[in-house]
Amino acid sequence: MANAVSAPGRALFANWRQNIIYIGFVVIFLIFAVTLGDKGFLNPNNLLNIVRQTAMIAVMAIAMTFVLSAGEIDLSVGAVAGLTTVTVAMAIAAAGPIGGVAAGIATGLAVGMFNGWLTTRIGIPSFLTTLAMMGIAKGVAMWISDTAAVPILSPGYAWLFGGGSVGPIPVLLIWIAVLGGLGHIVLRRSGFGRRVLATGGGETAARYSGIDTANIKMKVLVLSSCAAALAGMLYAGRLQSGRFQLGEGDELSVIAAAVLGGTSLFGGKGTVIGTIVGAMMIGLINNGLILFGLEFSQQLIARGGIIIIAVALSQKR
Amino acid sequence: MTSPVAAVRMTGISKSFGGVRALDNVDLEVLPGEVHALLGGNGAGKSTILKVLNGVHIPDEGIVEVAGQKLAAHTPEAARAAGVAMNFQEMSLVPTLTVAQNVFLTREARNARGLIDDEDSIHRAAAIFKMLEVEVNPRALVGDLGAGQKQLTEIAKAISQDARVLILDEPSTALAVSDVERLFVFLRKLKAKGVAVIYVSHRMDEIARIADRATILRDGRHVITAPLADLPVDTMIEHIVGRRSKGFADVVRGDVTRGAALLELKDVTGPHKPDNVSFTLHRGEVLGLAGLLGSGRSALARVIAGIEPAVAGEIAINGRAVQIRRPADAIAEGVALVPEARATQGIIPAHSVSDNMVMAVLGRITKGGLVDRTQASEIADQMIQRLSVKTASRDHAVSTLSGGNQQKVVIGKWLATDPDILILDEPTAGIDIGSKSEIIRLVRDLAMAGKGVLVISSELSELLTACDRILVMADGRAHQMLDRADLDDPTETNPEHALQAAERRLQIEIQKALTAKETTHG
Repeated sequence: MANAVSAPGRALFANWRQNIIYIGFVVIFLIFAVTLGDKGFLNPNNLLNIVRQTAMIAVMAIAMTFVLSAGEIDLSVGAVAGLTTVTVAMAIAAAGPIGGVAAGIATGLAVGMFNGWLTTRIGIPSFLTTLAMMGIAKGVAMWISDTAAVPILSPGYAWLFGGGSVGPIPVLLIWIAVLGGLGHIVLRRSGFGRRVLATGGGETAARYSGIDTANIKMKVLVLSSCAAALAGMLYAGRLQSGRFQLGEGDELSVIAAAVLGGTSLFGGKGTVIGTIVGAMMIGLINNGLILFGLEFSQQLIARGGIIIIAVALSQKR
Repeated sequence: MTSPVAAVRMTGISKSFGGVRALDNVDLEVLPGEVHALLGGNGAGKSTILKVLNGVHIPDEGIVEVAGQKLAAHTPEAARAAGVAMNFQEMSLVPTLTVAQNVFLTREARNARGLIDDEDSIHRAAAIFKMLEVEVNPRALVGDLGAGQKQLTEIAKAISQDARVLILDEPSTALAVSDVERLFVFLRKLKAKGVAVIYVSHRMDEIARIADRATILRDGRHVITAPLADLPVDTMIEHIVGRRSKGFADVVRGDVTRGAALLELKDVTGPHKPDNVSFTLHRGEVLGLAGLLGSGRSALARVIAGIEPAVAGEIAINGRAVQIRRPADAIAEGVALVPEARATQGIIPAHSVSDNMVMAVLGRITKGGLVDRTQASEIADQMIQRLSVKTASRDHAVSTLSGGNQQKVVIGKWLATDPDILILDEPTAGIDIGSKSEIIRLVRDLAMAGKGVLVISSELSELLTACDRILVMADGRAHQMLDRADLDDPTETNPEHALQAAERRLQIEIQKALTAKETTHG
């Protein structure tokens, strides 16, 4: 019996570099719990707040795990989320919640297919395609909204996309759980997931094995933009408005979450569960640093330092 | 007379890359239930025609039919759907996936819910390796495997496909003689089931044993297709090289006076292998390392070259104890390693012949922070001439050269450093017989010029031709040091027969080393 209990524990520490994110998460949580216990860190409300604040990052990071695993990158996710808040808010005003959701999905699909087309057919590296798209999406969002916030007056939409809760559980947590579980199974156990990992792990080898790698890249880029659009819809629901600034700079947190979780920037290796824990860890650190009373400037430095330490520890020697 | 529908009928295939005509109106017909050897020197077009059949290359002209059906499209998917399977030389493996995941990539077993069942793949991969009686861990990441194990994974991947046409491109480079025999047993079973097997190998003895018919290509053209019975080895070689070749028998070993001790190893042990190896390499000597895959030959080379530094033991060069902790230390001590995986460890394929040749001597030819281009060109031209590298110019990318010529570029790169000790790991793997003899001759010349050369090779005739002494290894340990002269039968006067006799003796010693290992373990 004792063996059965300790076996997983031993496996966790035997491969501690691989599992550093999980160990680190627990360690940081415990440190905050002890040092910030009297400042309300352990208050359920505070903990749920961490989830609410990280939900959008987590949603985008799940898709980013696929993009990075396929050996590509998507820098446009933050801007696409921002653009979607605007298109959704405007569509709700014009055509109600259903129209809003349709507009959000359409935004994600359109941007993703354009990114994918430029990357796989024209042959522009995704780094450049999505860097350009970052500017285009933000520009369009500013232009169509006239840089003003667009209010959302649909309580149903706001409940489903970000604001609501089922009993004590925030709807955002349900979104993360469902998408995370789905993403994990698709990456680990589906034919598509295996093709994504093969494409990123060795593109020539994948092609020789009969995998249409251009098609896989197209799909992950579309997936990423759709996830970014969903994150935008969640931002819009939570804040009951559409603004071009929402999601600004999120791409870096999203990539950091995936890499912290153990996804390789060079492709071929990724884990959705790790990514979600990575996103939560970033939220945890932000929350803790605020409770410590650090100034924003100090928070930035501390956050950067913690991420560097975590990634450095996870490197294979 | 009605002939059966050919498993493969390729008619009038032509293919050019840039201005170079790789295939010129080539026909290839393979019948169901035959093993068809595809022969030719490097650059003869073997790989190209196989890649056309497999859908990787689109032919400029010509028709590809599989089992009487014209291929719908020239893509790997279409070829696979038509029942064509092929092992690529390590190129179809994804390093970040496991062995089992690679073997069944895109053909994974699914459970009732449609999800991938990796455990099932592991069992089926293990069953294939067990049938071939080779040891490869299906759970290992391909990126962590050595070249031989990768090659075995490629073979497992190809034969796991239940194909109508199975193409095996140089499958035996990774296999010991006994493993090749098991592969042949398996191929005969496939034959009986009506599978067409296309077998590419540079080893004539294998072809003679397994193939029913052979097609020989030379310079992108079809030379002959004939039953093996009509193709004695001499004739085959004649067609391949286009002139009478004497193989290795004409390489004169000559008498080299063994000079001072150059490299001395005492109880050297690496991180995994080798295990307590001691020997001395003298100036003017070629020392061979013999043994099967996994015997620790390459690991020993990596220890000496500082890639995997020794964890115990002493290394002395020119009588002076040295510490080799990284490749730069080894290079500074005059050690150069021509590695086994030339594509990834030896050359930068996209860079020019010249850039590759001077890569290891950049420090020497840099003046005021700039590379002296005149000097770089001189070095490159000198090496191209010395090694007779066949390239359009020194500025052409190495990727445009044939395998044998790429290997010459790697050797040239290290010769440019003017090393005292040169280690060659499988220097002739996948190279045609003509280039092989040239490289062996080059090794002898280097020894004659006073260098010490360490040669690792799985081809025994090559070791016997090149070496003065041969160290037999098994399971990381040095088993026995053999003097080349002792392997000769003084009564045998025919050089070819003498070489074959010596090869048999060396083979016996390698097998003895294996059983010695088993008894010490048991």
